[in-house]
Amino acid sequence: MSETLTVTLPTDLEIKMVRVFDAPRELVFEAHAKCEHVKQWWGRGNPLDCEMDFRPGGTYRFVEHAPDGQRYAFRGEYREIRAPERIVQTFEFEGMPGHVCVETLELTEDAGRTTVTSVTRFDTRDERDAMVSSGMADGARESYEALAAYLAKLS
Amino acid sequence: MVDRLSEVFSALADPTRRAILARLAEGEATVNQLAEPFPISLQAISKHLKVLEQAGLITRGKQAQWRPCHLDAGPLREVADWIAGYQRFWEQRYDRLDEYLQQLQKDERKQQ
Repeated sequence: MSETLTVTLPTDLEIKMVRVFDAPRELVFEAHAKCEHVKQWWGRGNPLDCEMDFRPGGTYRFVEHAPDGQRYAFRGEYREIRAPERIVQTFEFEGMPGHVCVETLELTEDAGRTTVTSVTRFDTRDERDAMVSSGMADGARESYEALAAYLAKLS
Repeated sequence: MVDRLSEVFSALADPTRRAILARLAEGEATVNQLAEPFPISLQAISKHLKVLEQAGLITRGKQAQWRPCHLDAGPLREVADWIAGYQRFWEQRYDRLDEYLQQLQKDERKQQ
Protein backbone atom coordinates (compact mmCIF):
# COMPACT_ATOMS: atom_id res chain seq x y z
CA MET A 1 0.00 0.00 0.00
CA SER A 2 1.41 3.37 -0.87
CA GLU A 3 1.89 6.07 1.76
CA THR A 4 0.50 9.55 1.47
CA LEU A 5 2.38 12.68 0.62
CA THR A 6 1.83 15.73 2.79
CA VAL A 7 2.46 19.17 1.37
CA THR A 8 2.64 22.25 3.59
CA LEU A 9 3.81 25.87 3.30
CA PRO A 10 6.06 26.42 6.33
CA THR A 11 6.89 29.98 5.25
CA ASP A 12 5.79 32.13 2.35
CA LEU A 13 8.95 31.22 0.42
CA GLU A 14 8.99 27.47 1.03
CA ILE A 15 7.11 24.32 0.12
CA LYS A 16 7.62 21.28 2.31
CA MET A 17 6.80 17.70 1.34
CA VAL A 18 7.00 14.63 3.56
CA ARG A 19 6.66 11.02 2.43
CA VAL A 20 7.45 7.68 4.06
CA PHE A 21 8.89 4.75 2.11
CA ASP A 22 8.97 1.14 3.23
CA ALA A 23 12.70 0.75 2.50
CA PRO A 24 15.98 1.34 4.33
CA ARG A 25 17.57 4.77 4.08
CA GLU A 26 20.64 3.61 2.11
CA LEU A 27 18.38 2.29 -0.62
CA VAL A 28 16.23 5.41 -0.82
CA PHE A 29 19.36 7.55 -0.99
CA GLU A 30 20.81 5.29 -3.71
CA ALA A 31 17.59 5.74 -5.72
CA HIS A 32 18.37 9.48 -5.88
CA ALA A 33 22.06 9.07 -6.63
CA LYS A 34 22.28 7.17 -9.95
CA CYS A 35 20.66 7.58 -13.36
CA GLU A 36 19.82 3.88 -13.61
CA HIS A 37 17.57 4.38 -10.56
CA VAL A 38 16.31 7.91 -11.23
CA LYS A 39 15.10 6.85 -14.70
CA GLN A 40 12.77 4.36 -13.03
CA TRP A 41 10.72 6.90 -11.10
CA TRP A 42 11.45 10.57 -11.68
CA GLY A 43 9.57 10.63 -15.00
CA ARG A 44 6.35 9.49 -13.28
CA GLY A 45 6.08 6.60 -15.72
CA ASN A 46 7.24 8.65 -18.72
CA PRO A 47 10.58 7.95 -20.41
CA LEU A 48 13.36 10.05 -18.90
CA ASP A 49 16.73 11.10 -20.28
CA CYS A 50 19.12 11.43 -17.38
CA GLU A 51 22.56 12.93 -17.06
CA MET A 52 24.03 13.42 -13.63
CA ASP A 53 27.37 14.03 -11.99
CA PHE A 54 26.45 13.21 -8.42
CA ARG A 55 29.00 15.10 -6.35
CA PRO A 56 29.05 18.58 -4.75
CA GLY A 57 29.40 21.08 -7.59
CA GLY A 58 28.29 18.48 -10.15
CA THR A 59 25.25 19.11 -12.35
CA TYR A 60 22.26 17.11 -13.51
CA ARG A 61 19.76 17.36 -16.35
CA PHE A 62 16.56 15.36 -16.66
CA VAL A 63 14.31 15.40 -19.75
CA GLU A 64 10.84 13.93 -19.34
CA HIS A 65 9.07 12.76 -22.52
CA ALA A 66 5.35 13.29 -22.05
CA PRO A 67 2.84 11.07 -23.91
CA ASP A 68 1.76 14.04 -26.07
CA GLY A 69 5.28 14.32 -27.50
CA GLN A 70 6.23 17.31 -25.35
CA ARG A 71 9.61 17.31 -23.65
CA TYR A 72 10.15 18.90 -20.27
CA ALA A 73 13.73 19.55 -19.23
CA PHE A 74 14.98 20.24 -15.71
CA ARG A 75 18.48 21.00 -14.56
CA GLY A 76 20.45 21.90 -11.49
CA GLU A 77 23.59 21.59 -9.46
CA TYR A 78 24.38 19.50 -6.39
CA ARG A 79 25.43 21.83 -3.61
CA GLU A 80 25.78 19.42 -0.73
CA ILE A 81 25.73 15.62 -0.54
CA ARG A 82 25.93 13.69 2.71
CA ALA A 83 25.19 10.01 2.17
CA PRO A 84 22.75 8.64 3.13
CA GLU A 85 21.00 11.52 4.88
CA ARG A 86 21.06 14.79 3.01
CA ILE A 87 21.09 16.25 -0.51
CA VAL A 88 20.95 19.96 -1.31
CA GLN A 89 20.49 20.80 -4.98
CA THR A 90 19.29 23.61 -7.18
CA PHE A 91 16.32 23.05 -9.47
CA GLU A 92 15.40 24.91 -12.63
CA PHE A 93 12.74 24.21 -15.25
CA GLU A 94 14.23 25.02 -18.64
CA GLY A 95 10.84 26.25 -19.78
CA MET A 96 11.41 29.17 -17.39
CA PRO A 97 15.13 29.75 -17.50
CA GLY A 98 16.66 31.79 -14.70
CA HIS A 99 14.10 30.85 -12.06
CA VAL A 100 16.16 28.70 -9.73
CA CYS A 101 15.00 27.22 -6.45
CA VAL A 102 16.93 25.23 -3.86
CA GLU A 103 15.73 21.79 -2.76
CA THR A 104 16.90 20.25 0.50
CA LEU A 105 16.20 16.54 0.98
CA GLU A 106 16.56 14.99 4.43
CA LEU A 107 16.31 11.21 4.88
CA THR A 108 15.65 9.66 8.28
CA GLU A 109 15.16 5.99 9.07
CA ASP A 110 12.99 4.40 11.71
CA ALA A 111 12.51 0.62 11.99
CA GLY A 112 13.49 0.02 8.39
CA ARG A 113 11.23 2.74 7.01
CA THR A 114 12.56 5.96 5.57
CA THR A 115 11.01 9.40 5.78
CA VAL A 116 11.97 11.79 3.00
CA THR A 117 11.44 15.46 3.87
CA SER A 118 11.94 17.87 1.01
CA VAL A 119 11.93 21.63 1.40
CA THR A 120 11.91 23.70 -1.77
CA ARG A 121 12.98 27.25 -1.14
CA PHE A 122 12.45 30.04 -3.61
CA ASP A 123 14.98 32.87 -3.43
CA THR A 124 12.36 35.53 -3.85
CA ARG A 125 8.65 35.77 -4.15
CA ASP A 126 9.10 36.50 -7.84
CA GLU A 127 10.75 33.11 -8.32
CA ARG A 128 7.97 31.32 -6.55
CA ASP A 129 5.31 33.18 -8.46
CA ALA A 130 7.00 32.29 -11.72
CA MET A 131 6.71 28.67 -10.65
CA VAL A 132 3.11 29.23 -9.72
CA SER A 133 2.29 30.64 -13.14
CA SER A 134 4.18 27.89 -14.99
CA GLY A 135 0.99 25.94 -15.44
CA MET A 136 1.57 23.25 -12.83
CA ALA A 137 -1.86 24.01 -11.49
CA ASP A 138 -5.08 22.96 -13.07
CA GLY A 139 -8.53 23.49 -11.85
CA ALA A 140 -10.05 21.32 -9.21
CA ARG A 141 -13.19 23.07 -8.01
CA GLU A 142 -13.45 23.24 -4.29
CA SER A 143 -16.53 23.70 -2.17
CA TYR A 144 -16.27 25.70 1.03
CA GLU A 145 -16.31 22.45 2.91
CA ALA A 146 -13.35 21.09 0.95
CA LEU A 147 -11.55 24.36 1.57
CA ALA A 148 -12.03 23.99 5.30
CA ALA A 149 -10.55 20.49 5.16
CA TYR A 150 -7.69 21.81 3.10
CA LEU A 151 -6.94 24.58 5.58
CA ALA A 152 -6.93 22.11 8.43
CA LYS A 153 -4.34 20.10 6.52
CA LEU A 154 -2.16 23.16 6.00
CA SER A 155 -2.04 23.87 9.71
CA MET B 1 0.18 44.80 -10.86
CA VAL B 2 -0.74 43.76 -7.35
CA ASP B 3 0.96 40.49 -6.55
CA ARG B 4 -2.05 38.78 -5.07
CA LEU B 5 -0.76 35.24 -4.90
CA SER B 6 2.25 36.39 -2.86
CA GLU B 7 -0.05 38.18 -0.44
CA VAL B 8 -2.18 35.07 -0.17
CA PHE B 9 0.84 32.87 0.54
CA SER B 10 2.01 35.31 3.23
CA ALA B 11 -1.43 35.46 4.77
CA LEU B 12 -1.61 31.66 4.90
CA ALA B 13 1.82 31.32 6.52
CA ASP B 14 0.32 32.03 9.96
CA PRO B 15 -1.58 29.38 11.96
CA THR B 16 -3.98 31.86 13.61
CA ARG B 17 -4.98 33.26 10.24
CA ARG B 18 -5.49 29.76 8.84
CA ALA B 19 -7.71 28.94 11.81
CA ILE B 20 -9.72 32.12 11.22
CA LEU B 21 -10.25 31.15 7.58
CA ALA B 22 -11.26 27.63 8.55
CA ARG B 23 -13.84 29.12 10.93
CA LEU B 24 -15.15 31.45 8.21
CA ALA B 25 -15.47 28.51 5.82
CA GLU B 26 -18.36 27.45 8.06
CA GLY B 27 -20.09 30.82 7.73
CA GLU B 28 -19.77 34.54 8.47
CA ALA B 29 -18.68 35.68 11.94
CA THR B 30 -18.03 38.83 13.92
CA VAL B 31 -14.62 39.81 15.26
CA ASN B 32 -15.73 38.79 18.77
CA GLN B 33 -16.82 35.36 17.57
CA LEU B 34 -13.57 34.90 15.69
CA ALA B 35 -11.49 35.94 18.70
CA GLU B 36 -13.21 33.51 21.09
CA PRO B 37 -11.04 30.41 20.57
CA PHE B 38 -7.75 32.34 20.76
CA PRO B 39 -5.86 33.47 23.86
CA ILE B 40 -4.96 36.78 22.19
CA SER B 41 -6.44 40.27 22.27
CA LEU B 42 -9.18 41.58 20.00
CA GLN B 43 -6.61 44.02 18.72
CA ALA B 44 -4.33 41.19 17.60
CA ILE B 45 -7.27 39.48 15.88
CA SER B 46 -8.09 42.74 14.10
CA LYS B 47 -4.53 42.89 12.80
CA HIS B 48 -4.83 39.36 11.42
CA LEU B 49 -8.14 40.28 9.80
CA LYS B 50 -6.53 43.27 8.13
CA VAL B 51 -3.87 41.02 6.58
CA LEU B 52 -6.55 38.61 5.38
CA GLU B 53 -8.60 41.47 3.97
CA GLN B 54 -5.61 42.89 2.12
CA ALA B 55 -4.89 39.48 0.59
CA GLY B 56 -8.49 39.41 -0.67
CA LEU B 57 -9.28 36.35 1.43
CA ILE B 58 -12.07 37.96 3.41
CA THR B 59 -14.52 40.80 3.00
CA ARG B 60 -16.17 42.70 5.85
CA GLY B 61 -19.71 43.96 6.17
CA LYS B 62 -20.45 47.67 6.06
CA GLN B 63 -22.45 47.97 9.29
CA ALA B 64 -20.09 49.81 11.63
CA GLN B 65 -21.14 47.97 14.75
CA TRP B 66 -20.95 44.33 13.62
CA ARG B 67 -18.87 44.27 10.48
CA PRO B 68 -19.22 40.50 10.05
CA CYS B 69 -16.39 38.80 8.13
CA HIS B 70 -16.98 36.60 5.08
CA LEU B 71 -14.60 34.21 3.43
CA ASP B 72 -13.77 35.03 -0.17
CA ALA B 73 -12.70 31.67 -1.57
CA GLY B 74 -11.38 32.97 -4.91
CA PRO B 75 -7.72 33.59 -4.03
CA LEU B 76 -7.68 30.58 -1.73
CA ARG B 77 -8.85 28.42 -4.60
CA GLU B 78 -5.99 29.68 -6.73
CA VAL B 79 -3.48 28.59 -4.09
CA ALA B 80 -5.31 25.33 -3.41
CA ASP B 81 -5.33 24.51 -7.13
CA TRP B 82 -1.67 25.23 -7.40
CA ILE B 83 -0.76 23.10 -4.39
CA ALA B 84 -3.03 20.30 -5.63
CA GLY B 85 -1.15 20.35 -8.94
CA TYR B 86 2.22 20.33 -7.22
CA GLN B 87 1.11 17.56 -4.89
CA ARG B 88 -0.26 15.41 -7.72
CA PHE B 89 3.00 15.78 -9.64
CA TRP B 90 5.09 14.61 -6.71
CA GLU B 91 2.62 11.92 -5.66
CA GLN B 92 3.00 10.28 -9.07
CA ARG B 93 6.76 10.54 -8.87
CA TYR B 94 6.97 9.14 -5.32
CA ASP B 95 4.49 6.34 -6.06
CA ARG B 96 6.87 5.23 -8.80
CA LEU B 97 9.82 5.43 -6.42
CA ASP B 98 7.88 3.39 -3.88
CA GLU B 99 7.19 0.63 -6.43
CA TYR B 100 10.76 0.71 -7.61
CA LEU B 101 12.14 0.40 -4.05
CA GLN B 102 9.91 -2.63 -3.46
CA GLN B 103 11.20 -4.17 -6.68
CA LEU B 104 14.83 -3.54 -5.70
CA GLN B 105 14.32 -5.16 -2.31
CA LYS B 106 12.61 -8.18 -3.86
CA ASP B 107 15.52 -8.60 -6.29
CA GLU B 108 17.98 -8.31 -3.42
CA ARG B 109 16.23 -11.05 -1.47
CA LYS B 110 16.23 -13.33 -4.52
CA GLN B 111 19.99 -12.99 -4.86
CA GLN B 112 20.62 -13.94 -1.26
